[in-house]
Amino acid sequence: KDRHKRAGKPPMFGDYEAQRHWQEITYNLPVHEWYFNTTDNNLNYWGLDYPPLTAYHSLLCGHVASLINPDWVELHTSQGFESSAHKLFMRATVLIADLLMYVPAVVCLVLCILLYPGLILIDYGHFQYNSISLGLALWGVLGLGLGWDMLGSLAFVLAVNYKQMELYHSLPFFCYLLGKCFKQGMAGRGLFLLVKIAVTVLVTFTLCWLPFLTDPGQVLQVLHRLFPVGRGLFEDKVANTWCSLNVLIKIKTILSTDTQLYLSLAATLLAALPSSIKLLTKPTLWQFKLALVNSSLAFFLFSFQVHEKSILLPALPVCLLLGDLPLPAVWFLQASTFSMLPLFLKDGLFVPYAVTSSAFVFYSVYLLSALEHSSEEELRLRPVRRLVCLPRVDLGRIFYLSVAAMAGLSFMSVALAPPARLPDLFPLLVSVFSFLHFLGLLLYFNVVQIAEPPSPRRKNPKKTE
Amino acid sequence: MRSANQIERRRQRRRRRRRRILSSGLYNTVMAASTADSWSWFPALALGVSFLKCLMINSYHSTDFEVHRNWLAITHSLPVSKWYHESTSEWTLDYPPLFAWFEYGLSHVAQHFDKKMLVVQNLGYASPATVLFQRLSVIATDVVFIYAVRECCRSVREEKGSKDLLVRPYFILAALLLWNYGLLIVDHIHFQYNGFLCGILLLSVARHLQVGNFITFPFEQGRHLEGAFLFAVLLNLKHIYLYIAPAYGIFLLRSYCFTKDNTDGSVRWSSLSLVRLIALGSIVISVCALSFGPFIAMGQLPQVLSRLFPFKRGLCHAYWAPNIWALYNVVDKALSVLGLRLKLLANLPKASMTGGLVQEFQHSVLPSVSPSATLICTLVSILPAVLSIWRCPRGARGFLRCLVVCALCSFMFGWHVHEKAILMAILPLSVLAVESREDAGIFLMLATTGHYSLFPLLFTATEMPTKVLLILLFTLYSFTSLKKLFRGFLLNTLEVTYLLGLIAVEIICEVVYPLLPWKQTLPFVTLLAKSVYCSLGVSYSFIRLYLSILRPTDKPKEL
Repeated sequence: KDRHKRAGKPPMFGDYEAQRHWQEITYNLPVHEWYFNTTDNNLNYWGLDYPPLTAYHSLLCGHVASLINPDWVELHTSQGFESSAHKLFMRATVLIADLLMYVPAVVCLVLCILLYPGLILIDYGHFQYNSISLGLALWGVLGLGLGWDMLGSLAFVLAVNYKQMELYHSLPFFCYLLGKCFKQGMAGRGLFLLVKIAVTVLVTFTLCWLPFLTDPGQVLQVLHRLFPVGRGLFEDKVANTWCSLNVLIKIKTILSTDTQLYLSLAATLLAALPSSIKLLTKPTLWQFKLALVNSSLAFFLFSFQVHEKSILLPALPVCLLLGDLPLPAVWFLQASTFSMLPLFLKDGLFVPYAVTSSAFVFYSVYLLSALEHSSEEELRLRPVRRLVCLPRVDLGRIFYLSVAAMAGLSFMSVALAPPARLPDLFPLLVSVFSFLHFLGLLLYFNVVQIAEPPSPRRKNPKKTE
Repeated sequence: MRSANQIERRRQRRRRRRRRILSSGLYNTVMAASTADSWSWFPALALGVSFLKCLMINSYHSTDFEVHRNWLAITHSLPVSKWYHESTSEWTLDYPPLFAWFEYGLSHVAQHFDKKMLVVQNLGYASPATVLFQRLSVIATDVVFIYAVRECCRSVREEKGSKDLLVRPYFILAALLLWNYGLLIVDHIHFQYNGFLCGILLLSVARHLQVGNFITFPFEQGRHLEGAFLFAVLLNLKHIYLYIAPAYGIFLLRSYCFTKDNTDGSVRWSSLSLVRLIALGSIVISVCALSFGPFIAMGQLPQVLSRLFPFKRGLCHAYWAPNIWALYNVVDKALSVLGLRLKLLANLPKASMTGGLVQEFQHSVLPSVSPSATLICTLVSILPAVLSIWRCPRGARGFLRCLVVCALCSFMFGWHVHEKAILMAILPLSVLAVESREDAGIFLMLATTGHYSLFPLLFTATEMPTKVLLILLFTLYSFTSLKKLFRGFLLNTLEVTYLLGLIAVEIICEVVYPLLPWKQTLPFVTLLAKSVYCSLGVSYSFIRLYLSILRPTDKPKEL
């Protein structure tokens, strides 16, 4: 599992400089200036837009950096700093975060997750610290799975406080725990459990936000940085509904920003509602995993100002399903890596992308025998058969066709130049193709979750968790 | 208050839930895929390492990259008569003609990637297309190595009994060879074509090993000729393999040309088969003729030989290979310092032995070593091993052991040895290591020490995580897999302590020493320390291996 830690070494700007700048800011400036526009802190130049835990982590890294070489975090003069030693340091911080947070959680669950190219390329190639928030979320899932509700909630709250995108996973956590409390009876143990969890959550939030709670203006400014509602429905090409819809109807120009906000809010809640209600009524671990997928995928497809990197949020719970539903999971993971292709091309990461994707598809098909588990029984579609007559399709062949199409599009994106009239042709094709996959898989996962019969009153559910 | 039963039931429920989460159907599926009796795991291993090699395309490459680009340019742009006379670049053609023809063939593909790399005057040209082409050529020619590994795996002996795939000798051999750390580092980062060359060597060895199993390999004796042919080709690709030619020569003469033995195992002179001798001779001569022929016809043989054997370079390479001469140099230095302190010597020539330029230098106290002296040492060291397989041939495996010993002798006593040459010994030793417990122990010592001695080749900061992680991965795998295969500890406490000392040496050299004030005045100390420490381990493995070849066996093994 250690062998993929060496993604390609492309020129790095963008997120790399952002992370370095945050180390500079948090190390040199006092807490109450971190989220504000001051002479020393220009918010237009990579201003902090993640919750406080990211800031504390950057502070820690900044301290280590200053011990090794103070030039790296010198206020103002270190902007745009890049040297091979610094690159090594930054990569090392990601690796350490991985080893501390993500890998132990994953080792407990399924080893194949570590082969997932999307996370490797984004964290090590494009450069981010997703492994920390995803690792914490995984610990949350692990905790809930083992029955340690409070520790699980604690881990998840920390994850949310590291990156606000983890809110995509918040509905399932909420519904699962609430449903569990209901099941245990609101008169006795259930209420006690609810109170315990509520207290854990509130205390953790307070501790994380402690430096900012002294002044309500601080809190508002931080929230303003975290949720930039003024930026529009989407930026660039992203594989969600609004961008794909924009190809046919230019909704970005037709509707006003406020209407767009309300529309996306309504659509997101509507899409996430069925799975959440089902989870509330049947809070089992299997339902929980499916709900994580459904909720985060719904948020990705319909939410406001979504970035392509956010596909990692549904990808993580799908990795948890690798053991039970290998074919749809591998398909989704491959599509998610493919959807980030324009980002990788911008970073010069085409070769690592090609190599890791090919390795992932090959090893998933070889080790998991994914294509052999594509019968109806194994796809958990038996309950649906009673209601709707499903057509007989050779899923294996369709899977190969889809992968071949992705490979073809990838090759064309890098080898051919787009026609002059449509300069964004290839990124658009990539995002629309991925979107179709995501929509289809959203429907499939929702069907699998909702079609499961409700748990009988007294018996233990026989289905695996 | 809960009763004891309720508490127990709760505990059991929690335990069951934990087991369900921590194990999944995934593990069973993975195991099912790998215990299949087919060879489907082999492409998976080979593809996996090829993927890894692709990821290393953009890492650091050494001057060897420019060397090969220059040779592509020379062979493509100049007529054959000028190949060994060309000296625009300092990296002149110093491999035998067959390799030059190989580069010529590659250059025809290269022109589709970037024509400018084929211009001789473009010294140091390294466009992205050039890098991509050269790296891909190494990865592509590794196909020979992969095929050779497969052939070696087919000829490995194993004990009967149903075993898990991961503990089968051929699986472990495939993993140790395909994922060999030394090859990955030297070929795919530092840049060389060792995989291709070692592939031919291993293929030749495999052919000799396959003689004897008449059922799977029906054309028994013909395999010897095939092996000889492959070795002749190898010699004409890289002449460093001359060092192991004695092993081949004596083995083929003794076991192939003399068809029968006396009852006590000694040679029966009357059974010399002239037909076989002539067949062998003609194969070797014809390959050499094909390779050197054009140059002999043009009267350029002396020039070619002078390029092939440049004795102007120093006793040791810029980084000392961990051999006898490293120890010799250190002892000389120590004695001279001691002599000065004790006022036994007047003054000393200031020689920098690990400087960047290779230069001749004189030893201060001990006698200086000349190229002929090293040649004599090497020949003397090879002699007992070669004589032992003449007197008491132990079949192809005895030959393989002698081959490894000859390679190690050349490493220990040779002139201007590169530390990369240790691979010539490690790779064939892997084949022996999966068959015998003692050889496995020697292999672990030699491989770990040898691989660690390759560290100075990659001195850039960006390559540090790669080389450390890869060596840890390979070393841990080799230890655990061989331990499981032979069911028990393979190394004694002293050996384990020595190997753990390698970690200490690395930490001292990389972390502690740069913080000390001596770094400015004595910058070569880290390289010296690494060389000397590794030479201890290599010498120890060498002695152990030599003793194993000299030890008389109980029964003569079949051919």
